[in-house]
Amino acid sequence: MKKTVLAGAAALLGATALATMVVPALADDIKQGGSMIVTYKDDVSTLDPAIGYDWQNWSMIKSLFDGLMDYEPGTTNLMNDLAEDYTISDDGKTFTFKLREGVKFHNGREMTADDVKYSLERVTNPKTQSPGAGFFGSIKGYDAVASGESETLEGVTVVDPYTVKIELSRPDATFLHVMAINFSSIVPKEAVEEWGADFGKHPVGTGAFELEDWTLGQHLIFTRNEDYWRDGVPKLDQITFEVGQEPVVALLRLQRGEADIPGDGIPPAKFLEVTKDPQYKDMIIEGGQLHTGYVTMNVKMPPFDKLEVRKAVNMAINKDRIVRIINGRAVPANQPLPPSMPGYDNDYEGYPYDPEAAKKLLEEAGLGDGFETELYVYNTDPNPRIAQSIQADLAEIGIKADIKSLAQANVIAAGGEPDQAPMIWSGGMAWIADFPDPSNFYGPILGCDGAVKGGWNWSWYCNEELDKQATAADSMTDPAQKEEREEAWRKIFISVMDDAAWAPVFHEQRFTMRSDRLGGPDAIFVDPVHIPVNYDYVWAKDVQ
Amino acid sequence: MGSYVVRRVLQSVLILIGISFLTFVLLYLIPADPARQIAGRSATVQTVENIREQLGLNLPFYQQYFRYLTGLIQGDLGRSYLQKTEVGALIASRLPATLLLMLGAIVCELVLGLTMGLVAALRRNSATDTSLMVLSFVGVSSPQFVIGILLLYVFSVQLGWFPIGGYGTFMHMVLPSLTLGFLGAGWYSRMMRSSMIDVLRQDFIRTARAKGLKRWQVLFGHAMPNALLPIIAMIGIDIGLFMSGIVVVESVFGWPGIGQLAWQAIQRVDIPIIMGVTLVSAFAIVLGNFLADMIAPLIDPRIKLR
Repeated sequence: MKKTVLAGAAALLGATALATMVVPALADDIKQGGSMIVTYKDDVSTLDPAIGYDWQNWSMIKSLFDGLMDYEPGTTNLMNDLAEDYTISDDGKTFTFKLREGVKFHNGREMTADDVKYSLERVTNPKTQSPGAGFFGSIKGYDAVASGESETLEGVTVVDPYTVKIELSRPDATFLHVMAINFSSIVPKEAVEEWGADFGKHPVGTGAFELEDWTLGQHLIFTRNEDYWRDGVPKLDQITFEVGQEPVVALLRLQRGEADIPGDGIPPAKFLEVTKDPQYKDMIIEGGQLHTGYVTMNVKMPPFDKLEVRKAVNMAINKDRIVRIINGRAVPANQPLPPSMPGYDNDYEGYPYDPEAAKKLLEEAGLGDGFETELYVYNTDPNPRIAQSIQADLAEIGIKADIKSLAQANVIAAGGEPDQAPMIWSGGMAWIADFPDPSNFYGPILGCDGAVKGGWNWSWYCNEELDKQATAADSMTDPAQKEEREEAWRKIFISVMDDAAWAPVFHEQRFTMRSDRLGGPDAIFVDPVHIPVNYDYVWAKDVQ
Repeated sequence: MGSYVVRRVLQSVLILIGISFLTFVLLYLIPADPARQIAGRSATVQTVENIREQLGLNLPFYQQYFRYLTGLIQGDLGRSYLQKTEVGALIASRLPATLLLMLGAIVCELVLGLTMGLVAALRRNSATDTSLMVLSFVGVSSPQFVIGILLLYVFSVQLGWFPIGGYGTFMHMVLPSLTLGFLGAGWYSRMMRSSMIDVLRQDFIRTARAKGLKRWQVLFGHAMPNALLPIIAMIGIDIGLFMSGIVVVESVFGWPGIGQLAWQAIQRVDIPIIMGVTLVSAFAIVLGNFLADMIAPLIDPRIKLR
């Protein structure tokens, strides 16, 4: 099993690398034009890049807006976006971005350095209520803005209309990723002020598409930005997003040629039927995700304060069976980082599945007779079934776990209390990286900063030594230190496993479909960053 | 009559305030923290605190409720936590779809229910009667999500006669209206059957026949109006039934009405929307009952309002 996992991961990396090479080569030959229909179950909440943080709106926002940085389509490799070029000072604390000239907002005005400053000050201003404000914590003057003392970021300076200098209060190796995240999209002040709180319904950016129509609860229509600065992008003239469609219904419509992409992927209920049908073989696309599903064990609640008990749980869970329960839509996990994330340890073997050894560990901990505990789980399929499988595994070694199946918000609330949820299965709420850097898998979910009331570190694991190592790793901003930094992170995550703060279970794979009418490299339909689909590079076969 | 209307209106207002209070209490007790939900998983503790303060979520319960009620009286239903839009605007944008669906359902239940009841009454104790009454029994007792999915599967997926969910044309409306109206059709067919049988036994029917009227003239001119009386009074009450049905039916068929809005809000604990939809539904039910009571004496002079 181990080998196939690695082979799969390698194939995936290979495929994404290949896609990168193919996209630019093909881009010139593809004619622009045509349209597609994408469906989603939930309505789109907002298209304001400072606020949107959902499955539906994440990639839509990326198509309407641009930031200083972005990623090559279908990959996790950074590339320049609105920044034509940048320099990093030797101490890693000053980033100077040279902006592209002649880039226009959808309202026709040219984008300049003032807009960059305005956008960063807007997203960090507490009045904006941005869920991403915390990503900008390393910019000098952030604290004053966050506490409401100031409305201007001291560290952001407009040098000339096409140059912006950003000074940090500490070296931050992830800063270029932060400049690529949706929250740092560049917005025009006049449009934000015109629409106020409703800017998210009337978005104006510099992106490849502009919003033409939004009928609440029914559909959104994006049309091509004729003045887009990147030549030959986007490929399509129009995208229609239809919302309010259950994934099963969306799939049926695709099969009947009424829709082109089911935005929520192939629903579990139809998975086997569709994947086994030879008719759809060429329409199905599989891709990795920066995702890990795990069981947290609250180290503040006995008996999970004992290392032996946490190790025993790690060894008791039959991960292969859980992967089978979800029809093989995942690969088993042995560490917190997903395989396609830099810093993943290919040589680490993790805890083996060994109930006998697990029982011995419990005996060593003085719990040979087992104990009773609770396993919290989000109440949508397949999570309760996975929890039952874990429950059965734990029963094998004498742990009697009661399943608490609750609404998502309630599980999250329980995890944020120091003494409420001894164990949580993270399914449906698990961490998917905001950007492809290992640090994003540490701070909020394994670091001391997250081990607070209302935090996301549901294990309440706080290892100050590791926190120090994490800070040191994120201070390595010199691109020459890339390897060294990855190694540092690799060590940190293996130390987390030595302490067995989690029992990692699997890394989800994404399975989606596209209609025959659509073209484009597979990787953009399961884009790891432009989640779920990189709309800008999809093209229509009927106009070629 | 006048004082009766005033009393009923006052009662209705009290009922609505009571419902708003109960819903508010229930939602307040849910162990989810709205501020954290708005802030998202990457937010710092400081961001969460800021949001809590800006929304007044740090205030004691009675102050929060008072704030809500004050807004409500001014017609402000608040702002959705997750959709980031005025709840009033969200409901208003989806209300036409729901009303259209209800209209379709009323047509379906009347046409289906009355026809079935009439035929059953005329063919009393025949095989037709029995099978129609079995069908109505199925209608009354089947959950709507089962009927909806069955209809979708047979008529859209297998036969391809109707679109698979969605909104826009007359064809989109047929299956959801049938699903929503099927329950009522079951009730109405039974009511129609028994009141028709009653009426047909009356002396005036025999007189009408005796004076030489044709069979259909007796049926539609004399028997039907009398049999319909109790049914018309029921339509107002149906609105309440529909309010519970639309959540399921709209979700199954992807119908962009307030039922779907409510379902999405419930799944994500978007409290202002849940409050808003609950109040609008309660208002519709109260209004429906009120109208049913008002119409009853107009149809049947024997009923007096006191």
